[in-house]
Amino acid sequence: MISFDRVSKFYGETHALSDVSVTIQDGEFVFLIGPSGAGKTTFLKLLTREALPTKGDIVLDDLKINTLSSSGIHLLRRRVGVVFQDFKLLTDRTVFENVALALEIIGKNDQEIAHDVDNVLELVGLEGKKNLFPQQLSAGELQRTSIARTIVGGPKVLLADEPTGNLDPETSWEILDILQEINTIGTTIIMATHNAGIVNDLKKRTITLEHGAVVSDEARGRYHIHKKARRMRKL
Amino acid sequence: MRRSPYQAMAAILTMFLTLLLAGLFFLASTASYFVLQYFEGKPQITVYFQDKTGQESIQKLENELTATGKTASIKYISKDDALTIYREQNKNDPLLLEMVTADILPASLEVSATAPNFLSDLEPVIKNADGVEEVVYQRDVVETLIAWTNAIRWVGGSLAGLLAVDSILIVMTIIGMKIAIKKQEVEILNLVGASPWYIRAPFLLEGGLYGLFGAGIAMIIIAGLTLWLYPLLLAFLGVIPVIGGVLGAPSSTAFLLSAFGFFGGLAMTGFLLGSVGSMVAVGRYLKF
Repeated sequence: MISFDRVSKFYGETHALSDVSVTIQDGEFVFLIGPSGAGKTTFLKLLTREALPTKGDIVLDDLKINTLSSSGIHLLRRRVGVVFQDFKLLTDRTVFENVALALEIIGKNDQEIAHDVDNVLELVGLEGKKNLFPQQLSAGELQRTSIARTIVGGPKVLLADEPTGNLDPETSWEILDILQEINTIGTTIIMATHNAGIVNDLKKRTITLEHGAVVSDEARGRYHIHKKARRMRKL
Repeated sequence: MRRSPYQAMAAILTMFLTLLLAGLFFLASTASYFVLQYFEGKPQITVYFQDKTGQESIQKLENELTATGKTASIKYISKDDALTIYREQNKNDPLLLEMVTADILPASLEVSATAPNFLSDLEPVIKNADGVEEVVYQRDVVETLIAWTNAIRWVGGSLAGLLAVDSILIVMTIIGMKIAIKKQEVEILNLVGASPWYIRAPFLLEGGLYGLFGAGIAMIIIAGLTLWLYPLLLAFLGVIPVIGGVLGAPSSTAFLLSAFGFFGGLAMTGFLLGSVGSMVAVGRYLKF
């Protein structure tokens, strides 16, 4: 279980998050929506200890993330994987090597790595492309590689920061299918997105942030287009 | 190293120069120490007597010196003893042996004081003695050697120290550049949960390897120089028992242990210098 208890994060005068209290149960699929600058990325960064909250407590199961010592951060990041909009892959390594990286760091042997990487590449549909380099892949395939690298170590939670931001609608849905499949095997998924179509079609729990505050938390949420944005669209 | 050969070459060459100089000065300093020890172990004053000086006068001087309580040893060398020593020293030169008899060699007293500062107290006793022809003070030789030994240590130590600092700074700069080049990889490793030491270790090892490679080249040069200058070194320093014993028997355990110790120390110093440079860079640029 993930718990945010009255969490605030200030960057100088800017309030990235203000007094946020949220609880996310194990195995949930949660959309995190809101306009740019609403605090979605900060919310995710606090969960991986890329940032520390100014106030409040963040807990993952028995682990108080905000008081975690720096020597324990890498252990947290093995439990909380992240998928990024820009994939963050190493361009001089093949698909297989990029995915294997997450297993090499925990000291698995070559045989275990080969077995686990093959399994996860099959799950994301990249079994035939394991020897290709990132520059030989499409955007969708790059994102699948990124997801494969994140889930190969078996994290408890997967954070996806606008994973479909660089993808066309069809590829976006393919990525969503993979994320839903990962969710069905018990991984908690928190996905920050601007993709209204996906949020409205999947009808999952949706937390809406605006100016760093939670303005709605619905079990079967919808993407409410901001009034100003709606006016812009009419124009 | 493979991807940035010029940076690696710069680091290895600097390490090589530092270790070559440190190694050569270490050897020179060690040799001068043993040379000094050899001369310090010799009698501090040698009193040569005139041919006409009788045994009584020599005995009288010996008694007077002993009475001061400041002598560690007094050894009487008769004319015959002097001839034996002379023959031993020149056994390879029959011509020199033929020309010399016991009559033309002076009898002498070899005197050592319990402490160097007592030599000035013994001097007046010797000066006032009858039948003394010449007095040779070892102190002059020792003082010159001490001055040389200290100069070698100071110059060598300072130069090696400066170069060591230079090596550390160069390795630090190069490893810092490598960390900057691999910024994205470091970021990704961090995000996928690599431990700080998993990320730091390759950079630390790289610095250490620069030192090891530098030490390897320095070892080859020093070994080559030693082989080239071997006859000269043996001729000059072979008379010093410790040096002659080691250098004169290249297959002995003492020689092998000395060589192994010296080259091992050089490799270790290189590895440590490189690692220190890397550690500074890692501490500065890889803060987690």
